[in-house]
Amino acid sequence: MNVTELTERPRLASKAMLRHDEVRDAELLLLPERVVRLSDSSAAVLRLCDGARTVGELLGRLREDYPSSDLTDDVLGFLDDARQRGWVVVA
Amino acid sequence: MTEVNAPYGLLAEVTHRCPLHCVYCSNPLELQAQQDELGTDEWLRVLDEAAALGVAQVHLSGGEPLARSDLEVMVARASQLGLYTNLITSGLGFTAARVQRLVAAGLNSVQLSVQGEDAEATATVAASLAFDKKRQAAELIREAGLPLNMNVVLHRLNLDRLDAIIDLCVEWGAERLELANTQYYGWALRNRQQLLPSRAQVIAAEEVYTRRRDELADRVELMWILPDYHEKFPKPCTGGWAKTGLTVAPDGMVYPCPVASEITSVEFSSVREHDLSWIWWQSPGFNAYRGTDWMPEPCHGCERREVDFGGCRCQAFALTGDAGRTDPVCTYAPDHGLVVAAVEEAERAEEDRESDVASLHYRRPSPRSAL
Ligand code: SF4
Ligand code: SF4
Repeated sequence: MNVTELTERPRLASKAMLRHDEVRDAELLLLPERVVRLSDSSAAVLRLCDGARTVGELLGRLREDYPSSDLTDDVLGFLDDARQRGWVVVA
Repeated sequence: MTEVNAPYGLLAEVTHRCPLHCVYCSNPLELQAQQDELGTDEWLRVLDEAAALGVAQVHLSGGEPLARSDLEVMVARASQLGLYTNLITSGLGFTAARVQRLVAAGLNSVQLSVQGEDAEATATVAASLAFDKKRQAAELIREAGLPLNMNVVLHRLNLDRLDAIIDLCVEWGAERLELANTQYYGWALRNRQQLLPSRAQVIAAEEVYTRRRDELADRVELMWILPDYHEKFPKPCTGGWAKTGLTVAPDGMVYPCPVASEITSVEFSSVREHDLSWIWWQSPGFNAYRGTDWMPEPCHGCERREVDFGGCRCQAFALTGDAGRTDPVCTYAPDHGLVVAAVEEAERAEEDRESDVASLHYRRPSPRSAL
């Protein structure tokens, strides 16, 4: 069971910073005391968490970019996890 | 050959000047004077070189970094370079205006250190009546919308009050609290007899930590830095010597970690003579203990050699005079007797705490002189 709902508007926590690292050609999530190396798809999800888009809209955008697979479960699971870790907050 | 990767973190010790004088200070015994400090332009160049090298996160530390009036300029450059900036401060010298300038420059987070849960504990350990200023600093940090991380160094004199210390940090609004058991180098090693807790204290404190960690799970992240003298195996360095980050000292010398400046047998380099990239990849100091080839027995043949990397080079040097020996904390270490003796002494000294306070070595003549 996921706690994240389609109508919620997640945004990246203010302490977190998302950036593409040119030196390593990697996606990084920077937090006060740690650096997390993200997969491209996780970074794509987090980049869409702007506090304005709903989870439903976010899924719609991802479907345009990755049309071949159904991402719903993976994305909701990842968002639950990201919230628990404090990377994402729901307004 | 050992695989070497680019570093993620830069610890920029912008000054050794500090209004506090902690008895467990891990800064070198010989503090560097202000006239030897790198200038603004030199620090900006260090930040540029760090970003080019792959550094993603800068921790501005000291001494007290707020003692430098060009801190905002450094934060602004780091932020332009896309670096995450974290300020490590005692909170002294914080004003609303200063916080605003730092936030405007792009500061991402602040770590505030406290010495205990009340004014008396602060005065004993840091020899300065700084407590109210820290409380104000915590407020200012939160009002500015910055995440507040807190750090408390634990030792025999405050370990029994861990619950109250955690309460205070929760009350002040910390998101994350680092409970750092004292590591015995530099000044702390000199005060070890007074600071090293007894085994019973460590066990009780560990219970408090686990209980509070679970209780606070959703609100505050608690971190426990192990009291390594009471462990069976040494702490795993930071993934090994010169593996994930580097430290630039106030005078421009570059070390794998802040404590390594104490290792006088290794030749380190300065940003005044070399660029950071050369120092990271090529310099003798950074390559001295990388990987496992340098290891003596029992480490070299040990199954844990990729787990703890033979422990801490700084501790090996501080206790044995040879940075290439097995960390004496390790039960298998030939020098383990040194740690056993210190722990036994702490057991014996357990009763007499008043005398401990009287005999602490402060970083200046007397705690009273600041009042
Ligand atoms: S050498 Fe010692 S002090 Fe330095 S990072 Fe490793 S464990 Fe820490
Ligand atoms: S012998 Fe060396 S590698 Fe093995 S546990 Fe001890 S310190 Fe670690």
